[in-house]
Amino acid sequence: MSSPGGRPHLPVECAPRLRPGGPFGLLPRPLTIRDVRRENSRTATFVLDGELPEAKPGQFVMVWLPGHEEAPFSLAYHCPVTLTIAAVGPLTRAIHGLGPGEALWLRGPYGRPFGVEPETERPLLVGGGYGVAPLAFLAEHLLAAGRRPAAFVGGRTAEDIIGVARLEDLGVPVVVTTEDGSRGEAGLVTQPVGRFLARGEGDVLYGVGPHGMLYALARLARAHGVPAQLSWEAYMGCAVGLCGMCEHDGALLCVEGPVRHVILE
Amino acid sequence: MVELADVDLSITLCGVRLPNPFVLASGILGTSDTLLEKAARLGAGAVTAKSAGLHPRTGHANPIVVDWGAGLINAVGLPNPGARREAELLAAAKARLAPLGVPLIASIFGGTPDEFAEVARIVLEAEPDILELNISCPNVHDEYGEPFAASCAGAVSVVEAVRPVCSVPLFVKLAPNVPNVGRIAADVVAAGADGITAVNTMPGMVIDVESGRPVLTNRSGGLSGPALKPIAVRCVYEIAQAVPGVPIIGTGGVTTGRDAAEMIMAGAWAVGVGSAVYYRGLEVFHSLRDELAAIVQHHRSTRVEELRGLAHRPRVASQEAVEP
Repeated sequence: MSSPGGRPHLPVECAPRLRPGGPFGLLPRPLTIRDVRRENSRTATFVLDGELPEAKPGQFVMVWLPGHEEAPFSLAYHCPVTLTIAAVGPLTRAIHGLGPGEALWLRGPYGRPFGVEPETERPLLVGGGYGVAPLAFLAEHLLAAGRRPAAFVGGRTAEDIIGVARLEDLGVPVVVTTEDGSRGEAGLVTQPVGRFLARGEGDVLYGVGPHGMLYALARLARAHGVPAQLSWEAYMGCAVGLCGMCEHDGALLCVEGPVRHVILE
Repeated sequence: MVELADVDLSITLCGVRLPNPFVLASGILGTSDTLLEKAARLGAGAVTAKSAGLHPRTGHANPIVVDWGAGLINAVGLPNPGARREAELLAAAKARLAPLGVPLIASIFGGTPDEFAEVARIVLEAEPDILELNISCPNVHDEYGEPFAASCAGAVSVVEAVRPVCSVPLFVKLAPNVPNVGRIAADVVAAGADGITAVNTMPGMVIDVESGRPVLTNRSGGLSGPALKPIAVRCVYEIAQAVPGVPIIGTGGVTTGRDAAEMIMAGAWAVGVGSAVYYRGLEVFHSLRDELAAIVQHHRSTRVEELRGLAHRPRVASQEAVEP
């Protein structure tokens, strides 16, 4: 096509591609709490009246309570939207004060999710503390892709162990560890993971939890030559790759994470 | 026919060469030396660090940024590590950028003109290529009062304080919400500024109707993204008219190469990129370069500078006007 001057028209960039939030943006929207399930003295799971069918395990949403702050939480499930939240600060304590019929404001989902690692059969899913929240969602995803996952859940004490029943309900075997030996195997969760890898009973690692645990899993992955996808928790500001607050090792965890792949040499 | 490969996007701002006109705007990814390097590797022609003040600040609590449909609104609140630490960060960034040929712009703010001068002295130890005075942040009104950019006298007072201590090209970042941005530009240039960055974000507010509360913790914030672009283009046009020949970094809502071309045709030398990192991802700089090069080629030019100020050409006289 030519313009009257004989020059070709310039390409017009397609508007929808440039507006990820659509004409009304991605403002936080209220979702009513349908159910609250207590996990332990600090942690509860909130089931909300809403679905995010496009969301994948490992992605997070920004949760806002008007009059309070906004913070990132990984999705424990997408349909219905489910969040496992530990009461550790002013915002999360305020959320714990809410019950069915009240609302949380959400925007998202954001971030890079976990993916099905090609040419693997036996994924090892590792959760530390309340990092276990998205593991059942991930396990369901991997089972649907024909994988045979095993899960490892670690905490300081028996009180810190959450999410085991949801994994077992999916038929996923779970190894529990506690640092004080009050439930399951005594020690760190990375110990049984290392044993499984040494016996060839796992060919890919997925991890969510404290950074120390993730570094240990990265070392295990490299030592055994298996791929690993690790979800790095960080405080998010904008959640859309602008403010730089979530930087970790030169990566913007909100858009280039939270799930990062360990690079094998 | 100009070949795309022959199009030269490089420009020079006060003797500082930029491989392309796209400048990472202050406040976007500029919080560390590693992120500044990342932006340069992703194709930015220059990178601006996040504004630093004399003392460390934590900034506002979340929510600090949301997408409201026609743009973003933010009130991050100038979190920064303080001038001393910022100087170390800038020195580290400078070392990372040197091999890439991408210049570094330091950005500073202060509560008084003298504080601006003190911050300038400290961060200039890192030898940034350009110093930008952020006199126009709309989101710290509670602490700092009306921005210096709101009046000629306020803007000039900061430039007069910083100019004597500033050994590098001095740019002043102006606000869009003033009655005559051209006059402010003329006054800061007369006071010794070498260039203008135009514009900062436009003050605004978004209220959540379900809860009846402003979405941002700071209540008001600065609008950016597509909604800001026509406002910014008009400001750049006015400034280019008021201070011909003075370099302008045209900033505000540039998301595509077409937007950049508009900014340059309005009179910008370089083009700031901020919210576009959200709209188009980290690959935005490469996309913008390709799209702008295609537009330069479309105009049968080989240099992007040939588009500069095109919109200022006089109107073509109508038939009625020339016929008796």
